[in-house]
Amino acid sequence: MSSLDTTMGHSAPSHAEDNYLTHAHGIKSWLLTLDHKRIGVMYLCSTVGALMLGGVFALLLRTKLLTPGPGILDMSHDTYNRMFTLHGAIMVFLFIIPAIPGALGNFVLPIMLGAKDVAFPKLNLASYYLWVFGAVFFVTAMVAGSIDTGWTFYTPYSVTTPANGVIWATMGVFILGFSSIFTGLNFIVTIHKLRAEGMTWFRMPLFLWAIYSTSVIQVLATPVLAITVLLLTVERTLHVGIFDPSLGGDPVLFQHFFWFYSHPAVYIMILPGFGIISEIVGVHSRKHVFGYRFIAFSSLAIALLGFLVWGHHLFTSGQSALASVIFSAITFTIAIPSAIKIFNWLATMYKSSLQLTTPMWYAFGFIVLFVIGGLTGLFLAAMAVDIHLHDTYFVVAHFHYVMVGGTLLALFGGLYHWWPKMFGRMYNEMWGKVGAVLVTIGFNVTFFPQFVMGTRGMPRRYFTYLPEFQAFHIASTLGAYLLGFGIVLAFANLAIGAFRGRKASANPWGGATLEWECSSPPPHDNFAVTPTAHDPYDFAHLSYDEKTDGYVARRS
Amino acid sequence: MSTAAAHNHHGEEGHGHDPHLAHHFDSPQQQFDSGKLGIWLFLIQEVLFFSGLFCAYAVYRANHPEIFEFAHRYLDVTLGAVNTAVLICSSLTAAWSVRAAQLGQRKLMIGCIVVTIACAFGFLGIKYVEYAHKFHDGLLWGEKFNPKYAPGGHGEEAGHSPTADAEGHSGQHATAPGATITQEAAGEAKVTTPRNTSIFFSIYFAMTGLHGLHVIAGIIVYVWLLWRALKGEFGPKQYAAIDFAALYWHLVDLVWIYLFPLLYLIR
Amino acid sequence: MSTTTHGHAQDHGLSHVMSAKMLLGVWGALIVLTVVTVITATQPMFNFGAYANLVIAMVIATVKASLVCLFFMHLLYDRKFNLLIFMGSLLFVLLFVSFSMMDTAQYQPAIQSRVEAQAQ
Repeated sequence: MSSLDTTMGHSAPSHAEDNYLTHAHGIKSWLLTLDHKRIGVMYLCSTVGALMLGGVFALLLRTKLLTPGPGILDMSHDTYNRMFTLHGAIMVFLFIIPAIPGALGNFVLPIMLGAKDVAFPKLNLASYYLWVFGAVFFVTAMVAGSIDTGWTFYTPYSVTTPANGVIWATMGVFILGFSSIFTGLNFIVTIHKLRAEGMTWFRMPLFLWAIYSTSVIQVLATPVLAITVLLLTVERTLHVGIFDPSLGGDPVLFQHFFWFYSHPAVYIMILPGFGIISEIVGVHSRKHVFGYRFIAFSSLAIALLGFLVWGHHLFTSGQSALASVIFSAITFTIAIPSAIKIFNWLATMYKSSLQLTTPMWYAFGFIVLFVIGGLTGLFLAAMAVDIHLHDTYFVVAHFHYVMVGGTLLALFGGLYHWWPKMFGRMYNEMWGKVGAVLVTIGFNVTFFPQFVMGTRGMPRRYFTYLPEFQAFHIASTLGAYLLGFGIVLAFANLAIGAFRGRKASANPWGGATLEWECSSPPPHDNFAVTPTAHDPYDFAHLSYDEKTDGYVARRS
Repeated sequence: MSTAAAHNHHGEEGHGHDPHLAHHFDSPQQQFDSGKLGIWLFLIQEVLFFSGLFCAYAVYRANHPEIFEFAHRYLDVTLGAVNTAVLICSSLTAAWSVRAAQLGQRKLMIGCIVVTIACAFGFLGIKYVEYAHKFHDGLLWGEKFNPKYAPGGHGEEAGHSPTADAEGHSGQHATAPGATITQEAAGEAKVTTPRNTSIFFSIYFAMTGLHGLHVIAGIIVYVWLLWRALKGEFGPKQYAAIDFAALYWHLVDLVWIYLFPLLYLIR
Repeated sequence: MSTTTHGHAQDHGLSHVMSAKMLLGVWGALIVLTVVTVITATQPMFNFGAYANLVIAMVIATVKASLVCLFFMHLLYDRKFNLLIFMGSLLFVLLFVSFSMMDTAQYQPAIQSRVEAQAQ
């Protein structure tokens, strides 16, 4: 390429003349780009937009729940049902699943591998537009009769509900599913075929192991969701009767279909988060990650075990006792690889030169939330306890701790970690920390009361409630406002940093993975000379350079 | 196929000068292998996609064998077998188009592609004949299931009680005690069917319909390849798209290889 | 880069070329097996009961599928990793189908008894 005549390499200049942001100009150069970095940035903007939309629904719901009944917003039950459905569906399908792989995965993965791009750049752009297309279907569903089925679309209600947005929403999910499949496919091929010289499997950064495991789930599980929602669409339009009991169909079978995808999907949500935390803990502790291989293999173990536990969503749905016992037992084993990660992160931090940077604060928050969310998952895996807790706010709190705590805090941690690389500028460190603390505290104030409410019998998805729960609901709503404020603050700090922050060096944190060897922001082709990979967590050769306020390699 | 984004290649070892080598690959071999792994992952995705329908089939057949034993006799084994042979022939020509491309036999390659497309249309034509019969005779899904005659018979024999058929089927009504229902057929005769027989046709139309959509997709891909082949875009060093399309086409064949015995050949 | 070399005389640079004889042979075998599966499923002398005939039909279909995979799809000559992931995907299908079958079979008697109660 003609743009490669600048000299870049190990001693890259802190701010290259030509980078991916300045390589081409105009809106068309963004919309038709095949550059994985630009596609990553587009994913970031789009998924954050979806997060904001879902977040507005969440705040409206929480505001209504300040009081029993229609409340200060004078909301009807139907509106309430539609709103929690849209909140769940938008958050799951448009934000949580695509956000980290689409935004950070796309941006960082090829650079970490030492590759110029993902294996199929056109397919990558197609994945992004499939996301946009799926989002359009969701918006259409909102205006064309909306949906009130919950994000799970359980039959037979989803076949008979008068809310006519169901077909639009299921087709949206179908399209988003293929966006996700093609992203996973692309990443698997890229990791297999485009690794730089010296990049053996066990020199791969742990983020890549996590993304690889995620991609395996995306390719293997998402097609089952696609056929499920396709059958549901056919069921609703043509009444084929495969899932509709009034025609001889089996609604429990629908739940098997749905959760064969959707349980592995919760690992699509959390595994990239694990990967980000592994990177942050390693780099910001300035110490070699403890138990590298255990963390790497535990990602794969979670991905595979995740396929064996879907029945724990069906304990009270009419699933047989035999299947429930088996699924319950396997569910407990998921705790093992999850705990391996937690203990290895803690062991990495132990006696390290811990740096209390913003990403590290998010990593702390993540670990706290994930431990609470994970342990409460064990309560729910125990069948006898689950009978009591099923469909209560306890479940709501549990999955928000893992899904929101997992994805949102990890996404923030990852953004604050890689932001200097993505946009070449630093953010305000103090406000970054304030945001991290507000998000973590706001989150706990929102969802911890829900654990208590759930154990006392407050059912989920209910429009109204008994007066004894009001104090908890008020606390939860106030927490939600704080969380919302923290999220906006955290994004605002990043956005301001991207435009006004001081220029970042190539390696502000002293990371040893390859993305810190190219300049910030990276040039169009990532590397002038394909770099050679070494141990990704060996920081001995990096030393701080005051002139550039970054770390430089002194490899002999 | 979108995975065909990996373009064709040129075997020359000159790096950076090969117009068919995308900038992010080091060698044609690396590019080819990436495309191949990509298309295999796509096929795996297809396998899981179809697995939902196979799962529904397995669940209903295991729990209600009487429905399948009864209803499959509405299907025409001869047409099913002919269609199987048609698809196998198209698989042969698809595989041969790859060989011809690899060996630079341009005319043979174009011929193979044309025959593949023709076979695919033949398959859809026969499928259309089968579907038309079923729509005509009320052999449909859900509440639309309203058979005009008992299996084994034909339209003109409507009114007969379930015809004597091959041994082993006579007991089908006993397998579901108290679970048989009687349908009014066109106001003239009663056809007794096992409870929920319509499920068989729901599954039949879902499976063959989805498979048919894949055949149509295959036709689109092959027409596109034909157009490119006529422009002379393929050769011994650049045949990735032909190879990957053939792999997809073989998968469509594979699905049918299982669908045929599962739907038509039950006893 | 993973560059295990193909050790085949017929290799043509990027991937294996299947011989014309093999292509025709596999095609012939597929046609013959199609005839065989129709005969075993329809002729009275091959009626061994529902289960046995299902097994026969599935074995024949699997042989046919294997021929298509190994020869038409070149899996026998391709990188073994492609064979591995394809077989792996079948394991997941097996998992999905078998768990669903196991569970639905368990609660079927409850549905059946309810249907009978309603019929009375």
